[in-house]
Amino acid sequence: MANIYDMNGMDMAWCPGCGNFSILDIVKNAVTELGIAPDKLCMVSGIGQAAKLPQYMKASYFNGLHGRALPAAVAIKASNMDLTVIAESGDGDMYGEGGNHFISTIRRNPNITNVVHNNMVYGLTKGQASPTSQIGMKTNIQVDGVFEQAFNPLAVAIAMNATFVARAFSGDAQQTKEILKQAIQHKGYALVDILQPCITFNKINTFQWFKDNTYYIENHNAADRNAAFALATKEGKLGLGIYYKYEGRPVFEEQLDVNQTDKTPLYKRSADRQAKLEKLIKSYI
Amino acid sequence: MPKIFKDDVSIVLCGEAGAGIQTVENVVSKIFKTAGFNLFTSKEYMSRVRGGSNSTQLRVSSKPIDCYCDRMDIFVPLDKEAYEHLYHRITEHTVILADKKIIGEIDKPFTDIPLSESAKEIGGAIFSNIIASGIILGMFKADFASLEKIIKESFAKKGEDTVNKNIAAGKKGYEIAENILKEVQIKVKRDSNSEGKILLSGADAIGLGALAAGCDFISSYPMTPGTSVFMFMAKNQKEFGVAVEQAEDEIAAINMAIGASFAGARSMVTTSGGGFSLMCEGVSLAAATETPVVIHLAQRPGPATGLPTRTEQADLELALYAGHGEFPRAIFAPGTPKDCFEMTQKAFDIADKYQTPVFILSDQYLVDSISNCEMFDKLEIPVKHISEMPENYMRYSNTPNGVSPRGVPGYGKGFVCVDSDEHDENGRITESENTRVLMHKKRMKKYIGILAEAAEPELIGTPDYENLVICWGSTKNTVKEALNILKHEKTAILYYKQVYPVHVKTNDYLRKASRIIFVENNFSGQFENLIRKFTNIRSTVHVHKYDGLPFSADKVAQQIKSLLEVK
Repeated sequence: MANIYDMNGMDMAWCPGCGNFSILDIVKNAVTELGIAPDKLCMVSGIGQAAKLPQYMKASYFNGLHGRALPAAVAIKASNMDLTVIAESGDGDMYGEGGNHFISTIRRNPNITNVVHNNMVYGLTKGQASPTSQIGMKTNIQVDGVFEQAFNPLAVAIAMNATFVARAFSGDAQQTKEILKQAIQHKGYALVDILQPCITFNKINTFQWFKDNTYYIENHNAADRNAAFALATKEGKLGLGIYYKYEGRPVFEEQLDVNQTDKTPLYKRSADRQAKLEKLIKSYI
Repeated sequence: MPKIFKDDVSIVLCGEAGAGIQTVENVVSKIFKTAGFNLFTSKEYMSRVRGGSNSTQLRVSSKPIDCYCDRMDIFVPLDKEAYEHLYHRITEHTVILADKKIIGEIDKPFTDIPLSESAKEIGGAIFSNIIASGIILGMFKADFASLEKIIKESFAKKGEDTVNKNIAAGKKGYEIAENILKEVQIKVKRDSNSEGKILLSGADAIGLGALAAGCDFISSYPMTPGTSVFMFMAKNQKEFGVAVEQAEDEIAAINMAIGASFAGARSMVTTSGGGFSLMCEGVSLAAATETPVVIHLAQRPGPATGLPTRTEQADLELALYAGHGEFPRAIFAPGTPKDCFEMTQKAFDIADKYQTPVFILSDQYLVDSISNCEMFDKLEIPVKHISEMPENYMRYSNTPNGVSPRGVPGYGKGFVCVDSDEHDENGRITESENTRVLMHKKRMKKYIGILAEAAEPELIGTPDYENLVICWGSTKNTVKEALNILKHEKTAILYYKQVYPVHVKTNDYLRKASRIIFVENNFSGQFENLIRKFTNIRSTVHVHKYDGLPFSADKVAQQIKSLLEVK
């Protein structure tokens, strides 16, 4: 179906059948259904195959450095609160290279959405282990198999009191879109970890593996942080859905003094500070 | 025979961190300023919160002398360690003022100042700071009413009793000074030209320059000596509307600053060597995405953690070559508060106009030193180099000078698509050789504009020079005083407040000189090497220093003199 965010005739860098295609459609459909105008959307990404997603959307984007999408996204939102900001990248980018920013962004609680394509492997560099690779996975670097424990983004986020934490699966476009829409509408930092197969480099966590090893969480109260943490740390199959949601925490950009009384984007504000400046300089006499 | 100090008196206070030297400096500086004396203060301190030995130099003079000197005319060691810390700077001319009860027996004659006992009489050790302030002010016969006024302002909140006790402490200081004046005579004239001047540090001048340039976003990570600009911006954020965020690390700091700038803010970071090393990839990102960012890099001695609270000029090459790949940049190196103010404004303008990273290269000595300088007059409303986007807007449209109109998301009908990967005019990723060449040329072309707008080096002294002393950044006033001491009529100074791109007139200036001396606070002569790269001048000599302390004018004068005498 045609979408206002479509870019036609692009030379896509993804393998045919890659989960990234579904995530691209899901993102475009979610923002369209929410009525977000393209000039009010700003996509922010790092480096990797997942991070190329904004290239294939008709919207403003900041495709920055590997691991550094979140600091840029936080600052973009702080500088222009009128924008809907979605920071998206892969698991290696967000949880590995950018791990410190992941933690600090949760602490800040900016009103942005953080989409992480989690395929449990490095794709663009051709198949090395990612922070979410499972123990035993053999690669061209981890020749005897991964022996470090996998990073648990949901448990970390809930432990840090992130205000919206969800997991989804790229193979279920309908449900994932609904989760993403709620994440975008949520006021505060929203993490959506999207499981996806990497058909070229991850021969363990395949489409079928995800089908067999995921389930939708039921009878769960997303306001209950302890229950959410228990779910996130439970061994075995991976639960899909919204784990935790809390709207009571103030958001980063609104707490900055610069945005307390004046909500207009910084670029629109007057650069005339002459009177104040003269006064300040004279205070040094 | 009393010792006579005329026209230029160097007072050095030294004591452990937290002993109150800062309080004395603040009180005394304000009163000297009000009284109409010329004043310059500089600090050297250890990387610790308590203990050790920190010192502050106050130079009070009839005519402006705005630089550090090793000479100590009046030395006030607050404890034995302080005495030992600066022992090597004591000469037969130095008058030592010390509390016998604290310092005990020392191997040089000194005048006893009963600080501890007097403070105890008034009510406790805490009053010794005001007594010490009173001693210094009393020696200069500064109006006691000024001290009284400052005491009332500073201690009003603490109640009448505290105010009265501090006034008594101040009076005690003046009494002690009377005794000292029997042995010492101070003859420093008040300067009518100092009226209307402003007394401030290099850090505050850079901060004021940033505010004047419209800076409305600063993200940084605390690191001495870059932090003082961060604190200045935080203090003034409410009045001026500045977003201030302490990032989790320097990598986040610069990526935030670039993100903010992409969204239309005027952003900066402030840091020092090690912190800046973490920002290097970000510098390259700013260049690739053509996003303006201003980096204040306050130098301190490296490598690695080096001497965290000391000074050096050894990161010019770091600023010059930071970031992978090739791209244009500008590096400013102001040497006085006034130049800090003006060059910071220019840094923001060049960064915005040419959409590339721009540096302000300072150092610990410059940011921490306070001088009495001419009123700032460059107060123009900054130009915002952004434009409303048409529907078919292309972020990287190819233009003759390489500068593409800069849009920001949400301003107009177009989209701002930026990519750290090589990209086409629309900002979409590409690996086409032709597009790569087009885009790389477009970015590199901006160098021509940046070069054309470079700040001209300042010639100080005779235009008919035979010898030329070249300096950059914080050494300016020291070299100036050194030449005043030398009174060598055929020698002039060429002072660079922008070190890159190297100004086009450089070759002309240098060709006229038969002898060229570079004065740099580093080991390898980084600016000298840069100049040699950009000119055909090969015959140069130099004066270097890399012990973590600033140059002293009298020593530089000697070093220049011996270089001039070489046949």
